[in-house]
Amino acid sequence: MIIDWFTVGAQVLNFLVLVWLLKRFLYQPILNAIDKREKRIAESLADAANSKAQAAAERDRLQGKHDAFDKERADLLAKAVEAAQTERKRLIDAAHKAAEDLSDKQRKALASDAKALSAEISRRAETEVFAIARKALTDMADASLEERMSERFIAKLSELKGSAKTTLAKMLESTKEPVVLRSAFDLPSKQKAAIQKAITETFKHKIDLTFETAPEVVSGIEMMVGGQKLAWSLSDYLKSLESSVSALMKPDSMKESKVAHEGRS
Amino acid sequence: MRLSPDELVLWKIGAVELNATIVFTWALMGVLVLGSLFVTRHLSEKEARSNWQNLLEIVVTGIDQQIKDIGLEHSLKYLPFLGTLFLFVAASSLSSIIPMFEPPTGSLSTTVALAICVFVAVPLYGIKARGVAGYLKSYIEPTIIMLPFNIISEVSRTLALAVRLFGNMMSGAMIVGILISITPLLFPIVMTALGLLTGMVQAYIFSILATVYIAAATRNDQAPHPSIPTSEQSTNA
Repeated sequence: MIIDWFTVGAQVLNFLVLVWLLKRFLYQPILNAIDKREKRIAESLADAANSKAQAAAERDRLQGKHDAFDKERADLLAKAVEAAQTERKRLIDAAHKAAEDLSDKQRKALASDAKALSAEISRRAETEVFAIARKALTDMADASLEERMSERFIAKLSELKGSAKTTLAKMLESTKEPVVLRSAFDLPSKQKAAIQKAITETFKHKIDLTFETAPEVVSGIEMMVGGQKLAWSLSDYLKSLESSVSALMKPDSMKESKVAHEGRS
Repeated sequence: MRLSPDELVLWKIGAVELNATIVFTWALMGVLVLGSLFVTRHLSEKEARSNWQNLLEIVVTGIDQQIKDIGLEHSLKYLPFLGTLFLFVAASSLSSIIPMFEPPTGSLSTTVALAICVFVAVPLYGIKARGVAGYLKSYIEPTIIMLPFNIISEVSRTLALAVRLFGNMMSGAMIVGILISITPLLFPIVMTALGLLTGMVQAYIFSILATVYIAAATRNDQAPHPSIPTSEQSTNA
């Protein structure tokens, strides 16, 4: 028969021995080696995952830090811009104020200079004009002019009314000093008498007059009593003219006249 | 002409005889064990490793994957038995190209021995996985009427395992022997190459069937695993 049972038994035994031997020398070592390698690879992967997680955490931390830096930088920049704008405004305001101060100062200086110049011009013009007028009137003065001035003085006496006349009368009555009558030229007797007569008639009592010659009267007659003065002379006219010219030469008056001139034009 | 290497007796004392089957088996065992020892003596646990280690790792993991694909859980428990079945039969088939070497699987005694090993291993693994009662209960499923048929199926599939392997291996060797005497040159080489292919296929079939039987005996649920063929389908293969 082709089945040899002894051989079958021997082959069973051989097979079982081969199973044990291959398990001992083949499967176990190979599987152990594979397990160790897989374990090592798994550890490497775990390490890599761990490193990756750490890197991600570090990245997140750095990102947060970066964001904080960005925010801080933006805040600082905003503050710096605000401070710069505030400083700019302050500097501009200061410059404006300084410019205005300087402008005011210059305007005042200019006004002062103009005023001084105007005053000087006025003064000189006045001086020159009046010197000329005075010279001309002095040159023109003569007896007939004196006579005419006396008449004019008498007329002015007769024109006195009211409180002025009363006050002057009281002062003439109460004064103990002589009443001085000043004229640019020595008056003729006739005119002196006429004036004496007119005063007596005006104030209703006798008043002693003292006649004096005063060249500064220019051309006219003036009566001085106790600090009061009654006069008619070209000097008064000239002074009145001088006041008018001075008023015209004042800056305000000049300004008003300028405005009026511009309005007309 | 010898039908089996059993007939070549080298040494005999009484009932104990040392025939060519046993000696060639020892030779194959020596090659397998020494080869394994040679390669696994300097195993590398790093990525860089020798070609021989790569080969053995591919073989071992390939067998393990096949066991898993059949549906056996804890495949490493069955790997030594099923892997050795495959390696022994495959090595025996490959050895047929060695001149003067007769593959041990060409002996019906060897294939019967392997079939007996499977026949014993299946209930052992089944009892280990499901317990004695659980395993014996599988013989009366789905009804007790199936008991004799299940027993007959158990025996017949073991016999089929042995005879299929023996028939294929023996016929291949016989065909090559006959063709050498008729057409000495080209045709025997082609048939030898074909014999190598059928030998490898037989090794695969033998170990896969054994795996299927064990998987069927150890499965806990009643529904068969999709990848596990029924015992009738497998015996017809």
